[in-house]
Amino acid sequence: MPRKTYVAAIQEALAEEMRRDDRVFLIGEDVRIGVFPSTRGLHAEFGDKRVIDTPISELAVAGAGIGAAVTGLRPIVDLMFGTFLYLAFDQIANQAGAMRYMYGGQTKVPLVFMVQNGAGSSAGHHHSQAVHQFFMNMPQIKVILPSTPYDGKGLLKSAIRDDNPVLFLHSLSLGGKRGEVPSDEYLVPIGVADVKRSGSDVTICAVGPTVYAALAAAQKLAAEGLEAEVIDLRSLSPWDKGTVLESVAKTGRFVAVDESFPTCSAASEWAATVAEEAFADLKAPVQRVTNQNVPMPFSPVLERAVLPSAADVVAAVRKTLT
Amino acid sequence: MYHQDIPLEVVQDIYTRVLRIRRFEEEVGRLFRQGQLPGFVHLYIGEEAVAAGVCAALTDDDTIISTHRGHGHVIAKGGDLERMMAELFGKATGYCKGKGGSMHIADFEIGMLGAIGIVGGGMPIAVGAGLSAWYSDSDRVSVCFFGDGAANEGSFHESLNLASTLTLPVIFVCENNQYGEFTPALNAMNIADIADRAAGYGIPGQVADGTDALEMYRVAKAAVERARSGAGPTLIEAKTHRRGSHAEGEEAFLGGQTYRSDAELAAAQAKDPLLLLHTYVSENDILPAAQLETLDAEISQSVAEAVDAARDSPAPGIDSLFEDLWV
Repeated sequence: MPRKTYVAAIQEALAEEMRRDDRVFLIGEDVRIGVFPSTRGLHAEFGDKRVIDTPISELAVAGAGIGAAVTGLRPIVDLMFGTFLYLAFDQIANQAGAMRYMYGGQTKVPLVFMVQNGAGSSAGHHHSQAVHQFFMNMPQIKVILPSTPYDGKGLLKSAIRDDNPVLFLHSLSLGGKRGEVPSDEYLVPIGVADVKRSGSDVTICAVGPTVYAALAAAQKLAAEGLEAEVIDLRSLSPWDKGTVLESVAKTGRFVAVDESFPTCSAASEWAATVAEEAFADLKAPVQRVTNQNVPMPFSPVLERAVLPSAADVVAAVRKTLT
Repeated sequence: MYHQDIPLEVVQDIYTRVLRIRRFEEEVGRLFRQGQLPGFVHLYIGEEAVAAGVCAALTDDDTIISTHRGHGHVIAKGGDLERMMAELFGKATGYCKGKGGSMHIADFEIGMLGAIGIVGGGMPIAVGAGLSAWYSDSDRVSVCFFGDGAANEGSFHESLNLASTLTLPVIFVCENNQYGEFTPALNAMNIADIADRAAGYGIPGQVADGTDALEMYRVAKAAVERARSGAGPTLIEAKTHRRGSHAEGEEAFLGGQTYRSDAELAAAQAKDPLLLLHTYVSENDILPAAQLETLDAEISQSVAEAVDAARDSPAPGIDSLFEDLWV
C-alpha cells in the first residue's frame, strides 16, 4: 500500500471528489497557490471556476459558501487557520448550522469548512489554537479531526459527500506525517472512532495530534505491565460515545486527552459523559489532560509545555490507579 | 406621466404588491398590540415601495435575501400569506413549522432564501447565491436587501468587495430608512449617501427614491440587466422611511423617551409609498377607483383568511423539535 503524507492524502481527497462531482468547488484565500499544500495543484487541473481565490474576507467567504450550498452547489471553504474561523463566527454559528432547522427543513447546507487546527509550529497565539471545542458546542455542525493520512483522506471525502455543514480540521503538526493510503477508493464514516490499541487497564481517549501522545504514553505504561486502550475519536461532533463507554466498561478507568484550553474542552465533554453514563463501571475518578490555561506562547519550549504530552498522559493514568 | 415607460400591467402588479404588504403588516401590528403574536415583529410599513419595485423586476428564478424586517420581501417575491401568518403565530403550518418566526421566514420554492435576524448577516449569503449563478452559467441574479445599519457592518465591506472582485450577479439594495433601531443613520456615518461607498468597491452606486415604487422598479431593472449581462454587482440606496416603530411595542424599550419629532413623522407620512402610488394610479387612470376598491377588499379578505387559518392551525408537536436536523 502506498505511503503518503497527511497533506498529500487531503489533496488527493479534494481532487478525487472534484473529479467525481462538478458541483464541488474550492474557495478561499490563496487556494490556487496552496499555502498548506493540501490545495496545491488543484487549480492547474480544475481551473478558475472550481478553485476560487478570494480576498482575505473570512466572514464573506464563509457566507458565500453557505449561499452557494443552499442554491445547489457543494463548496469547500478553506479559511486556512482555525483561529480565522473566529472572524466568520456569525456565518457558522447563526447561519450554516441553523438554516435547515430554522427554515423548517426547506433547505440543506452541504458545505465543508476546512482549516488547520492546533499548535506545533511555534506560530504564537493567533496561529496556534485548537478551535474544535467551540464548534462542538454549536448544534448541527459536524466536526472532524483526523490523526492519520488514511483518516484524513477518508473523512474528508465523507465530509464532501455529506449534505450538512462539516468542519474539517487538519493538524499542521501532522502535515508531514506519513501513513498508508490505499489507491482504491474508500471512505471513513463520520462519527465512528478508531481503537488504536487494545488494553484492559485504562481507556485513553484522544483526537488529532494528542492520539500520538496517548500512544506514546501507552507504550511507556506497557513497559510497566499496564495495558491502555487508546481510542482515536476522529469525529468530535457527532462523537462515538458507544465505543468509549464500551471501553470504559472493560477498563474502569478513563483519561481524556485533548488539545483545548481546559474549560469546556472536548475532554470536558467526554469526561462528563463517562462520569454520567458509566459511573458504575469506574474504579477511579475520570482525568482530563488538556492545554495549560494560558494563551499559546511563541517559544518552542513554552509551546511544548502548554500542550498535552505523553508524560502528562502517563501522570493522569497514574492518578486513576491510586 | 412621469413613469410612462413602465407598462400598465407592471404598474398594476407593483401596486398590488405594495398593497398586499401594507394590509398584511397593518394586521400584524393589530395582532401584536392585542398580544396575539409571540416574540418581536418589525413592520415594513413605509418601505413597501422598495421590495415591491425591486421584486417586480425579478423572475421567479432570481433569489432574494432579507432582514429582520422581512415580511415585505417575502410578500413582494410572491410568498403565501397563510403560511406567513401561521409562522408569525408559531404554528405547525407556518413556512418554517414554527421554528423560525417573524425574523426567519423563507420560501425556497420562490427564491426567497431567507430572512436573517443578524444585521448584515444575509449579505455574504447573497454573494454566495450570486456565485452559484455565475458558477452554473445561469442568468439568475441574487438580490440582497439590507438596511442602513448593515452598511456599517464588516460584512457589508467584505460582501461588496467579494462580489465585485469576482464580478458576480448580485444587486445590493440598501433600505435606508433613516434609523438603526433608535439611532439616526446620520449619527452612525459621516456621509450623506451610502451609495457613495460603491466607488470604493469599483461598482456603480445609485441613490433612489425608496418611497417611489416605480422608480425603484426602474432602477432595479437596470441593475438586474447589468448583472445578467455579466457586468457584476450594483449598490442601490433606497431612501425611505420607517413609518412605525423599530419593533412593535418599542415603547417598552424607550422608557418614555422619544427619538423622532412630530414634524419628521408628518414628513414621512406625506411620502407614504402607498399614498404616492395610489395617487399616481388614480390620477393617470391606470386603475379605476372601483377596481382599486375591489383589489383592496380582496387583499384584506385574504389577510383575514390568513389570520383565521393561522388561529385554527395546530401548534407544533413537541416531537417536531427533533425534525429537520442533519439530513
